[in-house]
Amino acid sequence: MQLDEFFVTGEPLIYAGMVAIALVTSAVIFLLTYFKKWGWLWREWLTTVDHKKIGIMYILSALAMLFRGGADALMMRTQLAFPDMNFLDAQHYNEIFTTHGTVMIIFMAMPFLIGLMNIAVPLQIGARDFAFPYVNALSFWAFFFGAMLFNISFVIGGSPDAGWTSYTPLAGAAMSPGPGQNFYLLGLQLSGIGTLATGVNLMVTILKMRAPGMTLFKMPIFSWSSLITMFIIVFAFPILTVALALLTIDRIFGSQFFTLTGEGLPMMWANLFWMWGHPEVYIVVLPAFGIFSEVIATFARKQLFGYSVMVWSIILIAGLSFLVWVHHFFTMGAGAFVNSVFSVSTMAIAVPTGVKIFNWLATLYKSKIQITVPMMWALAFIPSFVMGGVTGVMLGMAAADYQFHNSYFLIAHFHYVLIAGTVFACFAGLIYWYPKMFGHRLNERIGKIAFWFFVIGFHVCFLPQYFLGLDGMPRRVFHIVPEWFNLNVVSTVGAFGMGIGFAVFVYNIYYSYRYSEREKTGDPWNGRTLEWATPIPVPEYNFAVVPHVDSLDAFWTMKERGESPYDESKVKPIHMPSNTGKPFIMMGILTLASFFLVFEWIWLAAAGLIGGIIMMIIRSFDYDEGYHISSEEIIETERSARGL
Amino acid sequence: MANQSRKIPIQHIVGFALSITLTLLAAWTALRSSLPVMWIIIAILTMAVLQAAIQLFMFMHITERGAGHAPWNMMFHAAVIAVILVAGSLFTMSFGFHYDNGGGDSQPEQQQEQHQN
Amino acid sequence: MSTEESNAKPLEYRTESGELGIVGFWIFLAAEIALFGTLFATYAVLFGRTADSPLPSDLFEPGSVLIMTFILLISSFTCGIAIHEMRRGSVKGLVIWLAITLVLGLSFIGLEIHEFILYAHEGATLQSSAYWSAFFILAGTHGVHVTLGSGWAILLLIQFAQRGITSITSRKVFILGLYWHFLDVVWIFIFTGVYLIGMVI
Repeated sequence: MQLDEFFVTGEPLIYAGMVAIALVTSAVIFLLTYFKKWGWLWREWLTTVDHKKIGIMYILSALAMLFRGGADALMMRTQLAFPDMNFLDAQHYNEIFTTHGTVMIIFMAMPFLIGLMNIAVPLQIGARDFAFPYVNALSFWAFFFGAMLFNISFVIGGSPDAGWTSYTPLAGAAMSPGPGQNFYLLGLQLSGIGTLATGVNLMVTILKMRAPGMTLFKMPIFSWSSLITMFIIVFAFPILTVALALLTIDRIFGSQFFTLTGEGLPMMWANLFWMWGHPEVYIVVLPAFGIFSEVIATFARKQLFGYSVMVWSIILIAGLSFLVWVHHFFTMGAGAFVNSVFSVSTMAIAVPTGVKIFNWLATLYKSKIQITVPMMWALAFIPSFVMGGVTGVMLGMAAADYQFHNSYFLIAHFHYVLIAGTVFACFAGLIYWYPKMFGHRLNERIGKIAFWFFVIGFHVCFLPQYFLGLDGMPRRVFHIVPEWFNLNVVSTVGAFGMGIGFAVFVYNIYYSYRYSEREKTGDPWNGRTLEWATPIPVPEYNFAVVPHVDSLDAFWTMKERGESPYDESKVKPIHMPSNTGKPFIMMGILTLASFFLVFEWIWLAAAGLIGGIIMMIIRSFDYDEGYHISSEEIIETERSARGL
Repeated sequence: MANQSRKIPIQHIVGFALSITLTLLAAWTALRSSLPVMWIIIAILTMAVLQAAIQLFMFMHITERGAGHAPWNMMFHAAVIAVILVAGSLFTMSFGFHYDNGGGDSQPEQQQEQHQN
Repeated sequence: MSTEESNAKPLEYRTESGELGIVGFWIFLAAEIALFGTLFATYAVLFGRTADSPLPSDLFEPGSVLIMTFILLISSFTCGIAIHEMRRGSVKGLVIWLAITLVLGLSFIGLEIHEFILYAHEGATLQSSAYWSAFFILAGTHGVHVTLGSGWAILLLIQFAQRGITSITSRKVFILGLYWHFLDVVWIFIFTGVYLIGMVI
């Protein structure tokens, strides 16, 4: 293979990207060496099994991916702003819409939410860590390296260009030769395995490690939504694993699943992809519902209205999510009866979702609302998400879908639900739990500026797209015609508004790090659930004394009764898992193997796989049982953290 | 765990005998009986489900109290998902069964199907 | 994490980490069922799409498939006995029965490889048609699982020789047992859904 086949050449934007990567990498290496931080990086972060630190790493990676996906989005919007723009060529445009979709769903939305779960869920249920801390680290590194593998594609080998859905036969070896699609398949495979492991891990944590007295129906609603999300992950991700593996085998080893030869059935890919893909939509939106429920209850100063109805509606949504996948390809022509069945089941989902909307409104009703930045995101979510949901029901009508399908109407719909649902929730949740993570709040004034830029930009960007869709603008075109010009230019302006909002948000992180007041108590928002019972910074063992829970909103009850969550006389030594570099090394080796497989260097890939198996064998013989923190040390930590 | 200290694991032996019998019965139904094909398929799939249940209850201790409710709960839902996957895929992709198999009598049927659409 | 012991439960459940591991593995098995369910769905949809390659009813032989099935059924039984012996506290019983299970597992893999080579000589390979792709990946995924299970059993036999029956080693073997029985369940469905139905139609 020639070097110029290995690296992507001939595109000024990509050369700029290469320079940026080289500069950032050398800057990071220089800073780490200059400040002698390599040991610190290895000890504190790369080998950590602490769920709070892993959560922070998830969120930082997700923010980086949000930047990358957002940059893709702005490039697309620039290209579409005026008729016959030549900012991007067709091939580059195809690659960018593919990576935008994939990055945003797989490497931004899910890790962001999983990061927030990592931080909040064990604290909410009164647990000291995940059930399997080692596996948790493994999950993170699987995701992280999977994301890196996918992202490197734009400078090495070329990005995938068959859309984030990667439909066959276009994505097959015959029509998309070369490494591009392989990057998609293996990057997703790696991070998907990590997600599945998180699913098992967090499910066991929630089922088995709750504080004494916390029955399932006394559990905070975010933990509930996490539990149900993990349930969906456990059942949906194996489908993705198989689908990706089959297409990989098709492309690299010449099988005939989705090919046009050998009586293969390309449409089977769409079927498998959406059998995972629809549950996936709920994987990214149910935790968002949980975050909004927490935020709304906290800042409305009321117990969540209709808690058990909320829980049951989440369960119902989860069940229905496995029964609607065909609505993504009504136009495939499966026939009137098949389409009718899935049309009905699709519309049924609106019922439990509507119930949730009314519950949030009822929680707000006659309450003293405290307008903080997380609450503003939650309040913006409700009407925006309804607009996305209602258009979803329109798309769910199979006959009408023949008109809407693959038009900008669809684009507007899913951005309305995914941004107003998931992205708003990520911002709300990050700001809400930020003091637990970093010991200070984000600045409110700058936070509000970011909020207004982003929310107004969002509506300006996507509302016109509904009308563009109705005017007949199809998705994935890279040139617009003059009739679509007005609304497109408005949409582009909105997109840049969102970009400014994000930039202000990131600036706020820096500003607050420098100037924000440090938190003195563990409870900056006057919270209701157990995570606020821990001091700031949260000690590595979370709870010196595991609290006994006998009500929903356990911490609120404690405060009402005037109880302290910390009783020095009950402190006992705490068992902790040891740090380990094995997850990092194992996933690094497997990533290398995947990289070789992307270029179809089979023997190198096999060697990498054997390396991974050797790491697993080493792990099997590892009987390290961790260590204990003594009572004296715990008492000392708690005294200084709580200012006693 | 009544049989924990017992020397001969009766439950396992009974389960083993049952699964061997069911396997032989299924093989006989498929290869030697003269039932209609649809009945054969239903009968042997039922026997497969029975055998799976034997493994779960008699060998895998699914009802053992140590692990709580999670095992049977997850197995039940997994079975539901598996049925949705297989039956749902067949249902959705049923249009694809009328493929061109190098001519023959599937062709007129296919044209009829297209006409209806 | 406490290590309180209660004698009512078998050893592998007595520590918290033992119990968590077992519950986690059941959830993992549920994911495995979804995985094999997807492979079965693919196989079912692609059934009959043999293109120019041989039909399954021409290649499948009842004899060898029944032998493979019995080997796996017996190995599932011996694996159950191994767990039973472990609960009685007999290291020797456990090692003997686990070793028998391992030998049976390895012979199953050998027969399956032999079977695949035979089919390949008849012109049915992974590349020859959609149906045969689905067949080889479904049966092959099961075979890979059995291979991994066998490797795992070897590792555990070594660990037993080193450490005897402790709460950790007993948890590991119990989980391996669950895995092995599960593979038997999957094979029952392959035997029924692939081989028997393939021979009938």
